[in-house]
Amino acid sequence: MGHFFTLVRHEVRLLFIAPPTYVASVLFVLLMGFIYWAILRSMTLMPQDTSSVSQFFSLFWLPVFFTVPLLTMRSIAEEKNQATLQTLFSAPIPKYAIVLSKFFAAYLLYLILWALTLYFPIITYNLLPDNLSNASLVDSSAILGSLLFIFLSGILFIAIGIFTSSLTRSQLVAGMLCFTFLFIICIGGQQLEYATYNYFAQGSFFFESIQYVNVIRHFEDFSLGILDTRPFVFYLSISVLLLSLTVNLIDSET
Amino acid sequence: MDENSSISVSDLSKSYGKVSAIKNASFQINKGEIVGLLGPNGAGKSTTMRILGGLLSADSGSATVCGLPVADNSLAIKRKIGFMQENNPLPEELRVMEYLKLRAELKEVDPQKISNEVRRVMDLCDLFRTARRKIIRTLSKGFKQRVGIADALIGSPEIIILDEPTIGLDPHQIQGIRKLINSLRGHYTVLISSHILSEIERNCDRVIIINHGRVVAMGTLHELSEEFINENYLKLQVSGKIEHLIDHLKTAGEEYEIEEEANAENEAYTILIKSTNALEIAHYTKMIDQISHCQLKGINIKQPDLEAIFLAATKRSWEEVRTKS
Repeated sequence: MGHFFTLVRHEVRLLFIAPPTYVASVLFVLLMGFIYWAILRSMTLMPQDTSSVSQFFSLFWLPVFFTVPLLTMRSIAEEKNQATLQTLFSAPIPKYAIVLSKFFAAYLLYLILWALTLYFPIITYNLLPDNLSNASLVDSSAILGSLLFIFLSGILFIAIGIFTSSLTRSQLVAGMLCFTFLFIICIGGQQLEYATYNYFAQGSFFFESIQYVNVIRHFEDFSLGILDTRPFVFYLSISVLLLSLTVNLIDSET
Repeated sequence: MDENSSISVSDLSKSYGKVSAIKNASFQINKGEIVGLLGPNGAGKSTTMRILGGLLSADSGSATVCGLPVADNSLAIKRKIGFMQENNPLPEELRVMEYLKLRAELKEVDPQKISNEVRRVMDLCDLFRTARRKIIRTLSKGFKQRVGIADALIGSPEIIILDEPTIGLDPHQIQGIRKLINSLRGHYTVLISSHILSEIERNCDRVIIINHGRVVAMGTLHELSEEFINENYLKLQVSGKIEHLIDHLKTAGEEYEIEEEANAENEAYTILIKSTNALEIAHYTKMIDQISHCQLKGINIKQPDLEAIFLAATKRSWEEVRTKS
């Protein structure tokens, strides 16, 4: 365990001295700030069915597409490129500790970035103290449900990033692969559901299976406060699978 | 296994697909020895070292490090070995001190002793004064090699493995690394690989020559020269009427070679006499004294160097391979 924490500290330090981390952070905060402002603006123009927070977090996939690749593309690809993985292997460290440390360091940063978005409703709440509807700005159940989903799905997204980074020596290729995988995971399920809606009866195995892999639907459930164990199994099992594959891939490097 | 042995390898084999990297390699390295693993590029030196370092598994055979079988104890082995890999890959963005502290933590040095340990290895490798705060990317190749060696020394492992520690260095840097390796003598068991013969010759107590994955020779320089060099050499430096000496040598049926002609800078000829029998200096001194207009300027027995031994050993292994095929 000692190795693991040492490696996590090292990986976090590496992330903080890597330019892509700052690019990802700045782009993330700017984009999310703009989205939140646009949602508030649209709410002033016409009444909305859902709270600003639910609308805000429903666009979770948008920053994921660039933040996750930027945070993870370097992790293993760069080590492979510089051959520094070999140096790490020469120390008495289990290989899974190397992969997990890279995963947790990137996940930690991912969580920090999302935690920063909590400032948006808080700032708005404080700036509009007399607004009668300001309670909806900090709708705690929607915030908690959405954040729980983001933290859970983040495990899979970061695992995808770490896995794709282990497939190549090029950061650029790793980033592009990660983007492609994330696009398929985030948008693929929803598009598949749309495309096959008329072909499978509701409640049938295929209909249920397609709904099971629809990440957008998972978010909708979480933001409404519906907690189901199936998404937990979905995200955690695929993440474990991808991280195990990553351990095997770096093992084959020796 | 011998109690005095640090590394023991028996019938070790490793293939990469159809290419055989090591074939039935067997050798032993004793505690405190500095041993050179010598061979041409692609001979299997790095593969052997990586197996000993617990980085690679062998296909067959056994390797024991400090009494522990490598195949079953790769993590325990890594605690006993300091390994500097070929090309010495280092994280370029870290400072020297940061990197060595990280390595000390990963090598399980007592947290309270990490600062002292890092200071010790930096002093040993002459890094503390000049390079401790420098970013690794900005270091010269020589200093990077020193960082790699300092890393290998952290935690005082029993065995140090250095894979091509002097590759790509200029003569000044090579001299620095050589001094550093010599300072390890007696404190650690050191295994160095190189294809630079002079480095191995100067640094090592014993040499293992490996060619095409096979150990073709091992021993001290003296033992190897006895095994592989059947001829004795005598070097004569003579001025004057050299033709008279040549006539004498021809008459006596001696095998000789004029290595260097006389010139404006050096009026003496250098003649190399070869013989399978023992060559006595007194005999040749007397012979030249008796030749008129011929003066002896220098005479010495030429010791066979590692280059000659290496060429003879690898040539023999080539011939064996050719005979078998």
